[in-house]
Formats: sequence, C-alpha cells, structure tokens
Amino acid sequence: MNLFLTISFSSIASSLHNWLTKTIGNLTMVQVTEMVLVGLSLLVFLVPLCFVLGYMERKVAAFMQIRLGPNRVGPKGTLQIVADTVKLLFKEGLTPNASDKFLFNLAPIIVVVTSMLVMAPIAFAKDFQLWDLNIGVLYVSSISSIGVIGILMAGWSSYNKYSLLGAMRSGAQIVSYELSVGLAIISIVILTGSLRMSDIVMSQANGWWIFKGHIPVFISFVIFLIASTAEINRAPFDLAEAEQELTAGFHTEYSGMKFAMFLLAEYINLFVVSAIGATLFLGGWMPFHISNWAGFNNVMDYLPSSIWFLGKTFFIIFIIMQFRWSFPRLRVDQLLTLEWKYLLPISMVNVILVTVMAIMGWHF
Amino acid sequence: MKEYFVTIYKGVRSLLKGMKLTGYYFTHPREIKTEEYPDNRATLKMFDRFKGEVVMPHDEKNEHRCTGCQACEIACPNGTIKIITKQEIQPDGKKKKAIDTFVYHLELCTMCNLCVVACPSDAIVMAQTFEHSVYDKKQLKKVLNKPGSKIMEGVE
Ligand code: SF4
Ligand code: SF4
Repeated sequence: MNLFLTISFSSIASSLHNWLTKTIGNLTMVQVTEMVLVGLSLLVFLVPLCFVLGYMERKVAAFMQIRLGPNRVGPKGTLQIVADTVKLLFKEGLTPNASDKFLFNLAPIIVVVTSMLVMAPIAFAKDFQLWDLNIGVLYVSSISSIGVIGILMAGWSSYNKYSLLGAMRSGAQIVSYELSVGLAIISIVILTGSLRMSDIVMSQANGWWIFKGHIPVFISFVIFLIASTAEINRAPFDLAEAEQELTAGFHTEYSGMKFAMFLLAEYINLFVVSAIGATLFLGGWMPFHISNWAGFNNVMDYLPSSIWFLGKTFFIIFIIMQFRWSFPRLRVDQLLTLEWKYLLPISMVNVILVTVMAIMGWHF
Repeated sequence: MKEYFVTIYKGVRSLLKGMKLTGYYFTHPREIKTEEYPDNRATLKMFDRFKGEVVMPHDEKNEHRCTGCQACEIACPNGTIKIITKQEIQPDGKKKKAIDTFVYHLELCTMCNLCVVACPSDAIVMAQTFEHSVYDKKQLKKVLNKPGSKIMEGVE
C-alpha cells in the first residue's frame, strides 16, 4: 500500500527522464525521445478514453431516456464501441467526386490535431503535465478556436449544401461563444493573477475557486459550461450537425475512418473542455479540503491526484452529457440571442464583479 | 429591464426542471421500460389493450358460440373473415343455419377489433399471441372453428 502511494505519475516521469539521460547522454536526443514518448502516450491514452466516453454517452443517454442502452456485445455492452470501431475501419473512406479532395482529406486531420494540441497544458496529476507554459490558458483558448477552421474546411470542400450550411452555422456559433468562454476564463485569471495552469491549480490549494469565489465565480462556471458546450458543438447546440435538418451537417459526406476522426475529435474536445473546467473552477488535481478538518483532509489526501482530476473531469463530462439529453436543440436565432443578449452581457458584468472582488480581497 | 431578468429566471428554472427529470431517471434504473424480448419470453406480460389475433374460444366439450350469422364478415373492413355456412337438420326436423368453416386470414387482419364488437354472441375474442411470422404466407390462413366442433347449447 505504501509503495503504491509513493508511485505517482510525476515520479514515473522523472525516473524515466533520469534513465533516458543516463542511457542516451545527448540532451537534445533525450528531449526528442521524450517528445515522441509523450506523443505516443497521449495517443495511447486518448483512444481508450474515447471508448470510455462513447460507452458512457450511450449508457447515460439510454438511462435518461428510460432505455437500457447497448447490452448485447460483451458484458453489459462494453464491447459495443469496439465493434463500432471495427465496422468503421472496414468501411470505404469515400471522397465525393466534385469535392476539393485536398481540403476534404485534410479537414479531419486538422480537427483531430487541434483538439489533441489543447491537451498539452492540462495538468493530469500532481507535477504531471505535458507542457507547463506560462500562457497556458491563453494557449488553450486560442488553439481550441482553430478547430473551427477544420470544420469550415470540411463543410466547404464536401460540395454539399448540408455540409456548407452546417459549417457556416458552426462558424457563427463558435465565433460568438468564444467570447463568453474567454470572459469566464478571464474571471479565474483575474483571481489567480496568472495564466499558467500550474499556478491556477496551486492557487486552489486552500479551496476551489467555485467555493472561494462566491456567486460571481459560480456564475462564470455556469457560463463556462453553457458556452463551452456550444463551442464543442454538442447538443443542445449541435446546429452544425442537426440530424433532422442537415442530415449530419459538416460531416455528411465523410465515411469510414475520416468520419471516425471527427467522432474522436468530438470526444477529445469534450474531455478537454471538461478538464479545463475542472482545472479552473474545481481545483484540478487538488483534493477536496475543508479548512480546520485535519482528519478529513488527510483522508482526502490519500486519494491519488490523478483520481481527483479524472473524477472532477468526468463529473463535468456527465453534466454536459445531461445537457445533451435534457434540452431540445436551439434555433439559429435563439442561439445567437442566448449569446449576445444574455451570456455576453452577464459575463461582462460578472468580470467586473470578480475584478472588484479580487481588488478588495473579498474572496477567501 | 425587469422582463429581462424574469426571462432569465424562467429559463433557468425550466432548464433545471428538465435536468431534474433526466437526473431522476438516471438515478432510478427501475424506471427503465425496455423489454428484453426473447430473453424474457417466459415472464413477458402483455398489456390488456394489446391485440394479437382473432381466435374462437372452444370449451372442453369442443363447442363454440358462433351461430354463423356473418355479422363479423360484414363488419370486417378488409375481408379478413370468410364464413362458409351449412344447413343442419335439427332433431325436430327443422333446418338451421350453422357454421361450416370460419376462415380467418391473419395476413390481412389489422387487429381493429371491429369483428369482435360486431359479434352478437361473443363467439370470437382477441388473443395476445404475437409471434406470427412464418415462411409461407399460406400458413397464415387459419380455420378458427376446430374440426368436429359444434355450437353450444342455448346460443341463438
Ligand atoms: S380485427 Fe378487424 S381486420 Fe381483423 S378480422 Fe376483425 S374486423 Fe377484420
Ligand atoms: S363469429 Fe359471431 S358474428 Fe361472426 S358469424 Fe359467428 S356468431 Fe356471427
């Protein structure tokens, strides 16, 4: 038990680094090797993650709709998603004749790559981070908006009216909701005084921002949830796909693995958004502490930090899934009304409130 | 201005209401309505309102209640029922109309229940069987009165 507790992701990473330095010697080579390893481990982490999320989504959806969900393939249907992947692998990856073939094939790659890039500054556990750059939050919000270029590319190059409409909707949606996400993030940056992810996590050592920041931070949290659901094009903001209106929106023409890449990107985005929400508002990998309850705090410390991080992330993922299965899709005009008439003004006022709070030191 | 906040309040409230319901269903798996048919075949319970096919109940003496009046045949909107009658000589020498064959084409029936309602002597009812699929359409043509059956005493 003791051994288990001392092994953490950070110790594995540092011992690996030491071993590599010793065996290879050349520092540049060590760095290159480490980068390759990091990329590989990210891929190895992401594929099972998407399986888990895909299964979770189906089960959550089913339970909320009083159904059973997948229950035939494998125990309790757990292998259903594997079966689906195999099916997608064997499908023909069709490229429409009239399409812009280069852009058509590039689009899914861009979408996946951008969503993976955003993984970089996320702190998965204590001292375990791919890249702790000093503008972490800014990096996240700027890189995540590149994804829309991939969607626009997919829609444009497909030579299909549904794809084009879906892509245009997605563009309008992401451009508008970016603002609210940004302002919600900024309120935490104001309180922390740093854009670095590790600083933001450390600032929550004595309590998560959602508790320390009173109502304004709670409002930012809610706005963050709503706006980021819109940013990753999930229902009720899935106008870009809108099955009933646009068949499948921007990925109507995609099939086989190229379609699977969009699906993969969707789940990675879901994870990333939830991870960022968990880091900013729920304290990242920080355990849950109640001040003055030393015994309780000690028990909480026994749980590994990665478990805390994943637990919080999955909590937010669950909420976003619940959004999807509770609310009907918005119309385009309702979508823009929600952002420009409600979320944006509220978050602007909220940022001012948070600033006043930070200056006066009203938060704990 | 007041309207603005009222809209927000109402919106948030109705959204939370929706989430409460889905949350309730998520945490109460007993509410799940899915029937795992063929697995639960032994315990499967059909609803009373379910109509599977038209049958003619016979009692233990192999007697039914059908007088051969053909009211059901007339009532049926799509010619599912064909009744072939015969003349039976009563013990007192009088002739009486009786049923020879009650032909029922399951493949044509829409389970509308009109025949059951039309029958003046309650000779036919709806059964709850539903596993009707067969490889040959001819097997769906059924004769409802059992061979050698006759009409019950006292049914006119
Ligand atoms: S249920 Fe309707 S369709 Fe079927 S036999 Fe009776 S009257 Fe005809
Ligand atoms: S089933 Fe009823 S309605 Fe039809 S012929 Fe017999 S008695 Fe008449």
